Amino acid sequence: MSAEAKHDATTAGADPHEHDHIKHYTKIYVTLLVLFGISVLGPVVGSAVGSKALVLITAFGIALVKAYLVCAHFMHLNIEKRYIGYLLTTTVVFMFLFYAGVSPDVMEHRGRNWENVAAQQETLRAQREHALHPEGHGEGVPAEEH
Amino acid sequence: MAQPVPEHADSNDAHGHDAHDAHGHHEQSFWSKYVFSVDHKMIAMQYMFTGMAMGIIGGFFSYVFRMQMAFPGHSIPFFGVVTPNEYNMLITNHGTIMIFWLAMPVLVAAFGNFLIPLMLGCDDMVFPRINRLSYQIFLLSAIVLIGSWFVEGGGFGGAWTSYPPLSAKSQYNLTSWGSTLWVIAVGLEFVAFLLGGINFVTTAMNSRAPGMRMFDIPIVVWMIVLASMLFMGSVGPLLAGAVMLAFDQQLGTGFFDPVRGGDPILWQHLFWFFGHPEVYVVLLPAVGIVAEIITVFSRKKLFAYKTVLYTAFGTGVLSFFVWAHHQFIAGIDPRMANVFTATTVLISIPIAEMMFVYVATLYGGSITLTTPMLWALAFIAEFIIGGVTGIFLGASGSDIYFHDTYFVLAHFHYTFVPIAVIAVYAGFTFWFPKMFGKMMNETLGKIHFWGTVLPFNGIFIPLFVTGMAGDHRRIHNYKNFPELTTPMHEMWREVATISLLVLIAFQFVFFANLIWSLRKGKAAGNNPWQANTLEWVAPSPPPHGNFAELPNCYRGPYEYSVPNREKDYWPQNEPA
Amino acid sequence: MATKPIATTRSATTIPTGRLAIWWVLASEVVIFGGLLASYIMHRLGHPEFGDYASHTNTYIGAVNTFVLLTSSYFAVRAHNEAEHGRGKAAAKWLYLTCLGAVMFLCIKSFEWHHEISEGFTITKNAFWSFYYLAAGLHACHVIGGGIIMLIIAEDAKKNKELQRVELIGIYWHFVDVVWIFLFPLLYIAK
Repeated sequence: MSAEAKHDATTAGADPHEHDHIKHYTKIYVTLLVLFGISVLGPVVGSAVGSKALVLITAFGIALVKAYLVCAHFMHLNIEKRYIGYLLTTTVVFMFLFYAGVSPDVMEHRGRNWENVAAQQETLRAQREHALHPEGHGEGVPAEEH
Repeated sequence: MAQPVPEHADSNDAHGHDAHDAHGHHEQSFWSKYVFSVDHKMIAMQYMFTGMAMGIIGGFFSYVFRMQMAFPGHSIPFFGVVTPNEYNMLITNHGTIMIFWLAMPVLVAAFGNFLIPLMLGCDDMVFPRINRLSYQIFLLSAIVLIGSWFVEGGGFGGAWTSYPPLSAKSQYNLTSWGSTLWVIAVGLEFVAFLLGGINFVTTAMNSRAPGMRMFDIPIVVWMIVLASMLFMGSVGPLLAGAVMLAFDQQLGTGFFDPVRGGDPILWQHLFWFFGHPEVYVVLLPAVGIVAEIITVFSRKKLFAYKTVLYTAFGTGVLSFFVWAHHQFIAGIDPRMANVFTATTVLISIPIAEMMFVYVATLYGGSITLTTPMLWALAFIAEFIIGGVTGIFLGASGSDIYFHDTYFVLAHFHYTFVPIAVIAVYAGFTFWFPKMFGKMMNETLGKIHFWGTVLPFNGIFIPLFVTGMAGDHRRIHNYKNFPELTTPMHEMWREVATISLLVLIAFQFVFFANLIWSLRKGKAAGNNPWQANTLEWVAPSPPPHGNFAELPNCYRGPYEYSVPNREKDYWPQNEPA
Repeated sequence: MATKPIATTRSATTIPTGRLAIWWVLASEVVIFGGLLASYIMHRLGHPEFGDYASHTNTYIGAVNTFVLLTSSYFAVRAHNEAEHGRGKAAAKWLYLTCLGAVMFLCIKSFEWHHEISEGFTITKNAFWSFYYLAAGLHACHVIGGGIIMLIIAEDAKKNKELQRVELIGIYWHFVDVVWIFLFPLLYIAK
């Protein structure tokens, strides 16, 4: 399935750089696969040795690198007009802004002069149940029960 | 980004000629011309009239609940006695309709669709079929919303803000079908506007007339494009949230239920992260319409084009940083309230700056008080009242008292009515000649104007007063609150309601004007207002393809009263 | 009404109109998925018990799906390469391969979900599973929609028509891939 085999007679003046394009894309793809492999093995190793940092860096750090590679080289953002990259970065920044503004209320279950009693109790309940049934499927309050 | 007048000019002429022929000699059936049109002007009309029809329904709802407020327990003419559930449904759907099915379709979609290709000197939007699809989804959303009122249990009554757990559990809201149909309608409306927005932004960025640089684009086009960008950047989380709410309602998931691991405050944040930029999504086009009108009728260039533009950008960016001022007493962390107070007070600055630029534009101008100009001036005056009263609400300390009182309601009606009513009438009366080829009746127009603006103040000034005096929002019958049933409270509520009745009566003058003008209005010609922007080059109304020859652009849009010129206007397409 | 308006062919930004539009589509999709995932992360970090719930996801199936999507992304960029050189038929073939990847992804996911549901891990089980099905489900809807549009574009490309659209659906497809690149660690790995 090489590109040469698919070479169509209608293409006049074949692009001399075309071979480089295919090589380039293939290189990126292989890099992605390698990174992917590390991102799967890393957490396995990390949880085996009990290193949360290793898990996070291999899972999420590599995800960032893979995303960058796909965006830059497959979406061709590396040769696109700059402001398109800025536009997309801005939307990502908005998501960080959203996170920053909302997590003090939703992620935290206590703050200045307030406590989210229901959420704290739910967390305690779930942790107690997990301690009792470590392998069990019994987590979670079924919909009908309240 | 200066662009020389390119060689495109010739090829455009050639294409223009061909395109015109290709489009012009088609005999279109009723269905393809009016119902399934891909022409941006027809789609604009579809949005305009659907929006206005929905506005009439929303206005009818406000008539009913205001009558209930002033004369609780009575049978309201054309409705009957208002039960508490019906009251909730009326106020919820009034708010929802006015924002999503009146302000947005008319200001963004109708004016955007009509004006953008014309003002940019091109023949249509870049994606006509996506344009048509966006209207079809919008129409579907309106039908779903209307349907929600007729299903078992009735229409959703959990307020347009739809906070869970009230909105998530039908055992609380009592409208298990109505609440889900409401969510679906809103979600569909969001999708329609996302699609439409892509057309507006792409057309404005790419399809300008040859020679039209960035700063030659009319302000209203910039504003509608910015509004689309704001919408596209802020609606995502709420679209996700709407699906979450619908799942909570119908599938029994617990996204917003703390006992199940969720959080109701998450909904509030998702809603307002969009909800605040949304008010600027509707404000910016209104402000843009006013800019076009005041320059034409004061024969003066916009005082500071770039300032208006940069303050609009600044407002847009800042609008993403203020949302939790709607949640000051909802139980958010008080330290966040400090942050949002600061940003909220800050955002008043760029908008005030815009108003100052408009006043400076008028200053020293040669002013003609036509109907559109009256509406535009009223916008500035009334909106300033809205803006100033917002400061009391943006400061978290005073908001502790004002939140959920009629003070808030009066504040946002002093911003929303100028946006959704005053600016809409301004734009409609201004571009009516272009849209329909006839002039509107000036006398009827002025009667309608005064009969709308004066009663409008008669409705909402009393509500500032009663709000400060303790009237809570969303109360079906104040007789249940003895401290709010004093003669003073009741009198002001009645004044507000009677003013609304007067305002409604005068809207019939508008409809009379509409019908009269369409039948007997004077022929408008291409450019009855002697304006500069490119839409006035096309015939009135513009044919399919808009221009016989696609125009080039040689200067900015506000070259009025340029010294040493015979005419006091200088159309953008006239060669130097 | 088969003719395109002249507006579509103009390009004041020098970015072709279709591609400019796709970037805006992606911008709005970033905030849709971003809002959903940010909400998930907040719950995840605030509820330590989610870690236990998440242990019941199948990392290996998730990994296979990640591989499938990465590969289909590679096929999509190969399709773009063919289209760029005017070889519509070849571009269409690569697009069909990409669609095949989409179908594989969906089959694997159906199998995975079927298994999880039969074990009792339904969408109402708890908030973790609600987010899991909603996020992956929303992503899957985008895979389905993208796949259908890709087939339509491949039909035209086969006849050497509208070849510029191959790049556009490719960009969309890469975005769908990037979303999954983040979904995979969020839902499957962080336990």
